[in-house]
Amino acid sequence: MPTLTIDGIEVEVEPGTTVLQAAEQAGIEIPRFCYHERLSIAGNCRMCLVEVSPGPPKPAASCALPAGDGMEVKTNTEKVKKFREGVMEFLLINHPLDCPVCDQGGECDLQDQSVAYGEGASRYKEKRRIVEEKYMGPLIRTIMTRCIHCTRCVRFADEVAGVPSLGAIGRGENMQITTYKEQAFASELSGNVVDLCPVGALTSKPYTFKARPWELKNTETIDVHDALGSNIRIDSRGRAVMRALPRIHEEVNEEWISDKTRHAVDGLAKNRLDRPYVKKDGKLQQATWAKAFEVIAKKLKGLDGKQIAGIVGDLCDAESMYAMNTLLKSLGGSVECRQDGSKIGAKHRSGYLFNSGVTGIDEADACLLIGSNPRLESPVLNARLRQRWLTRQCKVANVGPEVDITYKIEQLGDSATILQDILDGKNEFAEVLKSAEKPMLILGQGALNRDDSLVILKLAHDIAEKYGLVTDEWNGFNVLHTAASRVAALDMGLVTDAGIEGILSGAESGDIKVVYNLGADEFDTSRLKKAFVIYQGSHGDEGVRHADVVLPGVAYTEKPATYLNTEGRVQTAQRAIFGPGEAREDWTIFRALSEVLGQSLPFDNIAELRASMANDYPQFAIIDQKPNAEWADFGVAGKVSKDGFKLAITDFYGTNPIARSSETMDECRAAMNGTNQSEGATGTDG
Amino acid sequence: MLSDKDRIFTNLYGFESPFLDAAKKRGDWDGTKDIMARGQDSIIDEMKESGLRGRGGAGFPTGLKWSFMPKESDGRPSYLVVNADEGEPGTCKDREIMRHDPHKLIEGCLIAGFAMRAIAAYIYIRGEFVHEAKVLEQAIEEAYAQGLLGKNACGSGYEFDVYVHRGAGAYICGEETALIESLEGKKGQPRLKPPFPANVGVFGCPTTVNNVESIAVVPTILRRGGAWFAGLGRENNTGTKLFCISGHVNKPCNVEEEMGIPLKELIEKHAGGVRGGWDNLLAIIPGGSSVHLIPKSVCDEVLMDFDSLRAEGTGLGTAAVIVMDKSTDIVRAITRLSAFYKHESCGQCTPCREGTGWMWRVMERLTTGEAEIEEIDTLLEVTKQIEGHTICALGDAAAWPIQGLMRHFRPEVERRILEYKKTHAA
Repeated sequence: MPTLTIDGIEVEVEPGTTVLQAAEQAGIEIPRFCYHERLSIAGNCRMCLVEVSPGPPKPAASCALPAGDGMEVKTNTEKVKKFREGVMEFLLINHPLDCPVCDQGGECDLQDQSVAYGEGASRYKEKRRIVEEKYMGPLIRTIMTRCIHCTRCVRFADEVAGVPSLGAIGRGENMQITTYKEQAFASELSGNVVDLCPVGALTSKPYTFKARPWELKNTETIDVHDALGSNIRIDSRGRAVMRALPRIHEEVNEEWISDKTRHAVDGLAKNRLDRPYVKKDGKLQQATWAKAFEVIAKKLKGLDGKQIAGIVGDLCDAESMYAMNTLLKSLGGSVECRQDGSKIGAKHRSGYLFNSGVTGIDEADACLLIGSNPRLESPVLNARLRQRWLTRQCKVANVGPEVDITYKIEQLGDSATILQDILDGKNEFAEVLKSAEKPMLILGQGALNRDDSLVILKLAHDIAEKYGLVTDEWNGFNVLHTAASRVAALDMGLVTDAGIEGILSGAESGDIKVVYNLGADEFDTSRLKKAFVIYQGSHGDEGVRHADVVLPGVAYTEKPATYLNTEGRVQTAQRAIFGPGEAREDWTIFRALSEVLGQSLPFDNIAELRASMANDYPQFAIIDQKPNAEWADFGVAGKVSKDGFKLAITDFYGTNPIARSSETMDECRAAMNGTNQSEGATGTDG
Repeated sequence: MLSDKDRIFTNLYGFESPFLDAAKKRGDWDGTKDIMARGQDSIIDEMKESGLRGRGGAGFPTGLKWSFMPKESDGRPSYLVVNADEGEPGTCKDREIMRHDPHKLIEGCLIAGFAMRAIAAYIYIRGEFVHEAKVLEQAIEEAYAQGLLGKNACGSGYEFDVYVHRGAGAYICGEETALIESLEGKKGQPRLKPPFPANVGVFGCPTTVNNVESIAVVPTILRRGGAWFAGLGRENNTGTKLFCISGHVNKPCNVEEEMGIPLKELIEKHAGGVRGGWDNLLAIIPGGSSVHLIPKSVCDEVLMDFDSLRAEGTGLGTAAVIVMDKSTDIVRAITRLSAFYKHESCGQCTPCREGTGWMWRVMERLTTGEAEIEEIDTLLEVTKQIEGHTICALGDAAAWPIQGLMRHFRPEVERRILEYKKTHAA
C-alpha cells in the first residue's frame, strides 16, 4: 500500500487511489469541477492542480494522478494558490456572471469555489462568449453560456444512463455541449445531469425560477415511485413540495434517482382529495368525516366478514396497511395487496425478495432477466446492473420480450418454456449460470401475473438451486417489485386465496358486499360497481370512479411512514409538508373509523402503532438493513405455457396516481414518444 | 554539408517515380528479410545506437520509445501508429516523403512494427493530403501484391498489415493521444497520461506513435548501420534531417541536411539566402510555429539541432524554418499564430480553451497598439497560466510564440501602444 505525504500529513492508501482521493482521506480538500466519484476521470477542468515531487516541474492534475509510494504532494503553497486562481480566472472570463438570475445560485460550485479560491477580480477586457441554448427535453433547461465544459453530463449519459446522446461539438472556445440533433435526452435518469452540473448550465426546467435553496425546508425521506426505495430529500416551501433530490445511499440508489422520482412531485398538488365524499343520488357529494364514517358504519353493520374485502395499492406505507389489516381482520374480512393480479405467495420471504440485495449486483457474474424490463421497472437499479455489465465480468441474458435496456443483453427468447430448457440444461445460458461464481436471476412482475406464474416461480426456484444461485454466502434469487408497498404487504400476509380476481368476481356475483380500497388505482374498478366501495387515497384517479365513499388520505411526502423496498430493507420516511384540506394520515383514518365501528384499534399514536407492528412482524423494527431470508421451497411444479411475457410497465411516466396527475410526466411521455421533439415547434408539425 | 552519398531521401524532389520499381532501384526493400532476421532486440539496439531522435518535434529517442513496448503479449495485440497528420505551420516534410518516397515509409512500418511486435501499422494521414494518401495507398497495394506486406511479409514469416486512415483536418489530431482517439472514431481530444500509449493506446492496446520521417529513415539506418547515422551531426543530435525553409528567402525549399548545420549556412546554401540579403533578416522561427522566434543576432551563429536551439530558448521542433525579413509586421505575424492556436485548441481543458482566445484578442489589439503597456505583462502572465497547466502541449505551443515575441520585440510592441495613444489622444 503506497504511503504518501500531503501537506506534511502522511497517509497510507489503497493501490490505485488518486492523489485527490488520498487528500480527502487526509482531510484536505482539493477543489474540482470535472471530477466526480461515480464518473470516469476527465481531468479537464484543471482546478485540482497540485505540486508533486518527485516528478516533472509541471503541476499535476491530482484527480488523475495515481498516488505513488513516497510521493510528496503540496496543496497549500503559493504556487498552488496561483494555479487555482489562474484556472478560476479562465473559467470566469467567458461565464456570464448572471448569478442573480441563475437557478443554481446558492448551490453553485462555481460560485462557492470562486469565493474560496478565486482572485476576486478579472483582468479580462474582451467580449464574452454567448452560446445558443440547446433543447434537451422537458426536464433540462439549458443556459449554455454558463457551461464550463466539465463534461460531467456527457460522461453520465455515456457511462451511467447508457444513452450516449450527449456530447460536445466544435472545438476550442467554440466547443458546445449538446444532445445529438437537439433531441430530448431520452433517458429515465436524465434529471441527474442537473445535479451533476456544477454550474447553472443545466437546471431543472419544471423548477425554473420557483425557489431559492435558502428558502426551502429539506426533509430526508424515501421515494415510493418504484420498489427500490431511493433515498430522497424533499425540498418544500410552506405547504408545497418544490422539488425532490437524491440522497446518497450506497447500498440502494448511490446518488441517482429516476426522472419520475424527481419530477412527478408536481402531481402532488393536482387532483388531490382534500375532503370526504359520499355518493348521493348517484353522485359523489362533499361530506364531513363524521357523515362518511356513519355511512360506512351503517353499511358494514351486520355483514359477515367474508363479505368484506380490502385492497391495498402500490404506494401504501406499512403503518396504514397494518392499521387497515388489523381493522378488517377484527371485522372478519381480509386484505389483498396484489392488485396487478400477481400470483406471488406471502409464505416464504426468500420467494419474494431481491435476495442478493442491490449491492449483490456489483458482485454478480451472470444475470438472467425473466419477464422484466428493469430500465422501466427500476431505472436506478438498471443503471447499477449496467455498471456491472460494463466491467465485462457479468453476462446478462433476457427471457421475455426484446427490450432496450441501454446495454447489450443476450436475448434468449420470449417464452416461459425457455426456463424449462435452462433447467434441463438445454439452453446455452445454463452453462453460463453454472460456471458463474455469483449468478443471479431477476424475476420481474411480468413473470408473476400469469396463470402459470406459480410454475414459473418453481422453475426459477429450481434453476436457482441447480445452478448454484443459492449457496451459504450468496442468494441470487431476486424478485424485482414495481410497487413500493408490496414487500411490506407480503410480509404482513395481505394475500387472499383467490387474489384480486376473487374479489372482483366476488363483487360481481354479490358475494362480496363491501370493498375497502386503500389507494389501489391500477385495476379496472368498474367490476366493483355492484359492491359498496370505500376508497381511501390521496388522488382522484381510477379508484374513486366507482367509489361510494371517498376518504382523503395523504401522499408519501405528507406522513411519517415505513417502507420496505424490494430487498426487504426497512426505511423510514418523514413528513415534509402537511396534506391538503381535511386529508389525514391514513392510519389515523382507520383508527378513527375503528372507534365508530366499535372495534377500537389498540394504538393511539404512531409510536404505539410501530411497536405493535414490530411485535407482530419483528423485521419491521430492523431499520436499513438488507435481510437474509431463509431459502425455502416455493412455487408449484407443472407445465408452463409457451406464451410470451407481458411486461408490468409499458408507460414509465404513468405508473401511479401521482405520476398520472403530473404535467411534467405528460411532457416526458410526449418527448419520449417523439411527439414533442423541439420547443421551437412552428405549429405546422401537427 | 551533407554529401550525396549520405542522403536518405534520394527522391525528395520527385524527379523519379514514387512507386515500387523506381523505389527498389533507389535501394528500398533491399534485404528487408535479412534485417528482420536479425531479431527484434538487435533492431532496437541498432536504433538506439543510431541516436535517432523523434522527428515529430519533441525529439524523444526513437529506439528507447520502441523498447517500452511489451515483449510478451498479455493477449492484446500491439500496434504501430504513424503520425502523418502533418499540421504544424511551416512544416511540409512528411508530405514530400509520402508524395515521392512512400516505400521508405512503408518498409519502415514493417521493420519498426516487427521490432515492436506489432501486428499492424495505421498511418493516420492528414485529410488535406488527398494526393499523398492516394500515392500511399497505391504504394501499399503494390507492396501487398509483391508479398512485401501481409502474410509472410518479405518472406520473413512475419504477418504485418498497413492501413491508411484519413484524418479530417484538425491540428490537434497530430497530438499522439488525440490521434489515437480520432483513429478510434472519437472526437480528437488528447488523453490523460498516464497510461501512456505503450500501455494503453489505440483500441486499448499497446501502441507506439511515430512521426513519418522517424519511420521512413529506419530502413536506411538499419541497412547502413546505426554507427553511420550516429557519425553524422553532433553528439546526441545525430543523423540527417529534413528542413523545410519557407518565408522571406529567395528559394523556399525542403532539403535533407546534416543535423547541427549552422542556420545561416542552411539558408544561404539551400534557400538562396534571405530576401534582400542576410542583413535584411528580422527574425526566424526555427522549428515550426510552436517554438520561440529568434532574432537575427541569434540566427547568425546558432546550429540547427535539438540542443543548440534549446540553449537559445527555442527548439528544433519539426525543423520548419520560417524566415521573416525586415518588411515583416512581427506582431501581426505572431497574432496570426495566436489565431491559429485559438482555432485549433480542442476545447477540452480550461486554460487552453479559454486562454487561447484571450491571448488572441489581446494580440489583435497589440497589433494596432490599442492597449495599455501593463497589458503586455498581463498577457505574459496569461501565457504562464496556460503553459504547463494543460493536458497536452498545445497550450504550451500557443504560449511560446507570444513569449518569444515579448522577449525579443517588446520595445516594438510598446512603441505601437505609445504611438496609438499619440494619434488617438484627441
